[in-house]
Amino acid sequence: MTHTANDYYVPHGSHWPIVAAIAMFMTVIGAALWFNGELNGRMVLFIGLGLIAFMMFGWFGTVIHENLQGMYNDQVDRSFRQGMMWFIFSEVMFFAAFFGALFYARVLSVPWLLGMDSGFTTHDVLWQGFNEAWPTNGPGDVGGEFEPMEAWGIPALNTLLLLSSGVTITLSHWALKVGDRGRCVLWLAATVLLGMTFLGFQAYEYIHAYTGMDLTLASGIYGSTFFMLTGFHGMHVTIGTVMLIVITLRAAKGHFTADNHFAFEGVAWYWHFVDVVWLGLFIFVYVL
Amino acid sequence: MSTATATYDEHHEHGPDKGLIRWITTTNHKDIGTLYLVFALIMFFIGGAMAMVIRAELFQPGMQLVDPQFFNSMTTVHALVMIFGAVMPAFTGLANWLIPMMIGAPDMALPRMNNLSFWILPFAFTLLLSTFFMDGGGPAGGWTLYPPLALQMGDGFPFMIFAIHLAGISSIMGSINVIVTILNMRAPGMTLMKMPLFVWTWLITAYLLIATMPVLAGAVTMLLTDKFAGTSFFNAAGGGDPVMYQHIFWFFGHPEVYILILPAFGIISAIVPTFARKPLFGYSSMVYATASIAFLSFIVWAHHMFTVGMPVVGELFFMYATMMIAVPTGVKVFNWVSTMWKGAMTFETPMLFAIGFIMMFTIGGFSGLMLAIAPADFQYHDTYFVVAHFHYVLVTGAIYSIMAATYYWLPKWTGNMYDERLGKIHFWLSTISVNVLFFPQHFLGLAGMPRRIPDYSVQFADWNMVSSIGGFVFGASQLLFLWMVIKAIRGGEKASDQVWEGANGLEWTLPSPPPYHSFTEAPAIK
Amino acid sequence: MLALVTGPVLADWGLLNMREGVTSTSHAVHDLHMIILWVCVAIGIVVFGAMIYAMFRHRKSKGSVAAQFHESTTMEVIWTIIPIMILVSMAIPATKTLLAMEDTGEADMTIKVTGIQWKWKYDYIDGEAAGISFISSLHPDHNSARLLGASRDTDVLRKQFGDTYLREVDNPLVIPTGKKVRFLFTAADVIHSWWVPDLGWKKDAIPGFVNESWTRVDKPGIYRGKCAELCGKDHGFMPIVVVAMASDDYEAWVAQQKGSAEQAAAAADKTWSKEDLIARGQDVYRTNCAACHQVNGKGLPPAFPALAGNAILNDGDASRHIETVMNGRPGTAMAAYRGLLNDVDLAAVITYERNTWGNDGGVVQPADIKVAR
Ligand code: HEA
Ligand code: HEA
Ligand code: HEC
Ligand code: CUA
Ligand SMILES: [Cu+2]
Repeated sequence: MTHTANDYYVPHGSHWPIVAAIAMFMTVIGAALWFNGELNGRMVLFIGLGLIAFMMFGWFGTVIHENLQGMYNDQVDRSFRQGMMWFIFSEVMFFAAFFGALFYARVLSVPWLLGMDSGFTTHDVLWQGFNEAWPTNGPGDVGGEFEPMEAWGIPALNTLLLLSSGVTITLSHWALKVGDRGRCVLWLAATVLLGMTFLGFQAYEYIHAYTGMDLTLASGIYGSTFFMLTGFHGMHVTIGTVMLIVITLRAAKGHFTADNHFAFEGVAWYWHFVDVVWLGLFIFVYVL
Repeated sequence: MSTATATYDEHHEHGPDKGLIRWITTTNHKDIGTLYLVFALIMFFIGGAMAMVIRAELFQPGMQLVDPQFFNSMTTVHALVMIFGAVMPAFTGLANWLIPMMIGAPDMALPRMNNLSFWILPFAFTLLLSTFFMDGGGPAGGWTLYPPLALQMGDGFPFMIFAIHLAGISSIMGSINVIVTILNMRAPGMTLMKMPLFVWTWLITAYLLIATMPVLAGAVTMLLTDKFAGTSFFNAAGGGDPVMYQHIFWFFGHPEVYILILPAFGIISAIVPTFARKPLFGYSSMVYATASIAFLSFIVWAHHMFTVGMPVVGELFFMYATMMIAVPTGVKVFNWVSTMWKGAMTFETPMLFAIGFIMMFTIGGFSGLMLAIAPADFQYHDTYFVVAHFHYVLVTGAIYSIMAATYYWLPKWTGNMYDERLGKIHFWLSTISVNVLFFPQHFLGLAGMPRRIPDYSVQFADWNMVSSIGGFVFGASQLLFLWMVIKAIRGGEKASDQVWEGANGLEWTLPSPPPYHSFTEAPAIK
Repeated sequence: MLALVTGPVLADWGLLNMREGVTSTSHAVHDLHMIILWVCVAIGIVVFGAMIYAMFRHRKSKGSVAAQFHESTTMEVIWTIIPIMILVSMAIPATKTLLAMEDTGEADMTIKVTGIQWKWKYDYIDGEAAGISFISSLHPDHNSARLLGASRDTDVLRKQFGDTYLREVDNPLVIPTGKKVRFLFTAADVIHSWWVPDLGWKKDAIPGFVNESWTRVDKPGIYRGKCAELCGKDHGFMPIVVVAMASDDYEAWVAQQKGSAEQAAAAADKTWSKEDLIARGQDVYRTNCAACHQVNGKGLPPAFPALAGNAILNDGDASRHIETVMNGRPGTAMAAYRGLLNDVDLAAVITYERNTWGNDGGVVQPADIKVAR
């Protein structure tokens, strides 16, 4: 049986998934060994990560190839789109856990430790000297004195950067839809540039926090929530930027047409998601 | 049907590869379903063997067999293996096998990812079980991994955490596949409200999974950084709170228990009408009830935490919300009973397990409702009463539904009938022993026996011995199940396409066993 | 109502049912339990009755022909409304009981309870007993009987300990009858949960936070319970014993405790002989440290380090040793004993460790501890 455009394309067996599973297995073993203080764990970790990258090239390469061969009909395209949306939803819930931790600490645990609401016995019996509200590193002064992060410097600038990158990617999409490949690539490149600038600023901010403000991952609950939230976000921006670079190259090679460009849209959604998370971060981590 | 048979014959392009490579590289929903089911069965036996260690140590008071730390890790890993290794993969295996056949699709929507979501699992559980051989032994802080206790684990700690991450990634990908398949791959005419309930319940389950597994991933990530990176999420001295972990965990954990039961509801809703020879009573209210249960499951989590010292308004809220779940669940039970009412019932093994499910799950539901009453839970909490509750809903609930499903669809999958006489023996042996095993645990809990202890006072001796004997018999009965499945795979009386006189649904229009690709051409839906 | 009738009858079920207990709270909880139990039984009879009836009457082998109805909005509404009504009628008494249980105001006295792996510490905060403080752990006889390999069968255990196997402590908590006693719960290391069934509730002890509860026991007696939250290796061996005493006995007990407290204070100021410290240290060690580091000092490596031959203990300078015991090792099971043991006990246990199992690390005096504080 051969495939016609009407058939839903069901690929024949593929070896990429098992490569992926082994790569993930190696990655986490390496990381676990490293956490346990076995420094050669890092080697395993890097081999695992390399294997993941290799697998991605291979797997996505196959998919791109099949797509360009015209093996995917509209229904396949819809599967990809819906899959991407649900994946983004799962990412949203991952961030929700950390936002939940932030709200819990700010609204419940820190006030309780301060003796507010039902927490007065906690304060009287255990933490009498404790009196600093958010931002705080807790009654045990975990990690020592630190300086909290200011919102209206680099973070505000970063907000602008990310927001405008949301605009540029939309401009690029419009260009793609009218079939203007040149402008599409141009705006994509601008988006990449904005993303990288964002990352540069954030790296600078982190270095400054560690060296100039004594603000670290170990600075009590403030440091924990600050770095975990912004760190995971930064990681997602990095992934997003890599994906953007890939589709920029692909757009330049003419892989996308005005009505068939799932990869482009998937990346764009992802980028918007990263954007929105940043807005949440900016408001709840930096401003408030 | 003729198209389907035709496809089956055309092995050259779409038939399976040969040997091991077939199973490792497969993108076929049936192969992957089989892999999931076999994996789940292996895990069920591993988890069950750990339960046997628990019951053997508790056979009589005094410490006889294992040391307390090892006992605790048996309890912990027993639960992790059963939940994440046995029940969830078993349901995913059923979803893989059945959903495409039920909605008239050629395969799952994203076949390569489907393979990946399965193949992550063996690696994840290798990681988890390998911790037993590391310094400090396996995880011993309970399957809920509460800090600070969980943080006291030895070298195995990061391996266990990553095992959970991997299993979570696998579930998320599996669920994305299920949802996309259901929403995008239905044959023309298969409207949402025409889908079999098994498909509906899995749609909602998959949604629950995507919404909660990432939250669990976040929670265990925080454990990891609290241990290795100096963060203070669960440390009061740094401004965090150990109880915060419990909130995040149970925000995942409670929906999780419905993840373990909603597909079961779907299975029962398929089996009861078949053997009552009567359409399912109240189809649409079943759908709405499932959705309500899913919705409520997000706002009841703290009923696991009544004793942590929440403000009293919180306790009241979670008590009321939890009690509400009895209403939609009751609707389901009543609908099943009404489906049987005035039917023409026969009692083949799948039906026996389904009826066993309805009765014993309801008993577990009743004890759940008792636990929901906050002031009473101050007594029940962390006793064997809770253990009895959740084994009624999990073993005679989830596991029974999986056994019922296996008997029901095995002839379709293999083309061979299972041994009906042995099936009935398996049912009766299991049902009697499982009640001997878990019913006395209600008494133990009420009389004051805490859970997660390796040794106890002598006044609990009698019921523990009874329970252990029930446990050994129940465990041994499952060897019968294994034997029967193997037997049916290897041969036996040929099954017809319809298999069951009263069966309804697209999967029964395919030959037994079905072709390698289910519906390459969309079937017509009446 | 139902509960009033059935309660006394069922109290004799003994080991089948929830204990009625000895406080107003435990009675209220027991009544509530009986109500919901019977409601569930009643619903069960109706539902299972209908099912069993159908299974016998509507079976194919009896010639039953399947009807084809599959919907009835009336029925659906009925079986939605009735359960809601039943639930509301359960929620009302439950709410009342809960509100009463959470009211810790107007207490006559306060006791702080600290959960430690795997023992309880009790501090009397106010009232005549203010200042009394002690640690309560599994009774040594029970402790040796429960070790792996001590392997006794049920009859031997029953003969030796009666019903109290694993439910006996060295120092029970003593409270006066007829007084509202407020408890403050916290923990030093991991989460524990303080549960005495006869009082009618349990409450978690959370490190870094304080939870409150209260009880009033009118009947003098001994009430036993257990730690109810998994807290590590010896979670199963962390019993609770509460002795409720009439006020005379209670006062006598307080006086006696105060006497020994004064002695202890005096003892902290004097210089001790090595032998006395070691003798006392051995007791302290057995109750507080042996669960992890073992009686023979060999520990259970790698989880719990050996102290025998340990470099820190044989160092001429004891300060690392003192510092470890007083402040613990954050992030491990080794708790900070600074707030758990007094100067003499700390000095004694440290001296004991430094001079046993072949160690030779010299003497540490209570005065040295005082300096370290
Ligand atoms: C499949 C899994 C499953 C299912 C379906 C349920 C279902 C329910 N569970 Fe259960 N539960 C667990 C698995 C499950 N549970 C597990 C694993 C734990 C322990 C976790 C741990 O600590 O390790 C637990 C613990 C647990 C607790 C915490 C106990 C404690 O630790 O102190 C509570 C408290 O409220 C609870 C309540 C309920 C309720 C109200 C339901 C309801 O959904 C039940 C509804 C069903 C019915 C009520 C029966 C049918 C209804 C009728 C016939 C209608 C009429 C009835 C009435 C009006 C009464 N469960
Ligand atoms: C789906 C989930 C699931 C399933 C199927 C089971 C199945 C069983 N469980 Fe488990 N259990 C949990 C989920 C589950 N459990 C959870 C969540 C906990 C809480 C953990 C915690 O506190 O953290 C728990 C805890 C738990 C405890 C309490 C431990 C404690 O508190 O210390 C006990 C004690 O009796 C127990 C017993 C059993 C038994 C006897 C079975 C039996 O049904 C198992 C039967 C299966 C087999 C026995 C395997 C098949 C046969 C063989 C391997 C052949 C060899 C056997 C013989 C020859 C006899 N379980
Ligand atoms: C709940 C278990 C537990 C109890 C009880 C306990 N310890 Fe420890 N102890 C530990 C652990 C775990 C360590 C290792 C900490 C580490 O890894 O740094 C330790 C370390 C030590 C050390 C340092 C040894 C070294 O090599 O670093 C000393 C000294 C010590 N404990 C003394 C005591 C004394 C004295 C007591 C009783 C008053 C006691 N311990 C009770 C668990 C315990
Ligand atoms: Cu302390 Cu369990
Ligand atoms: Cu729950």
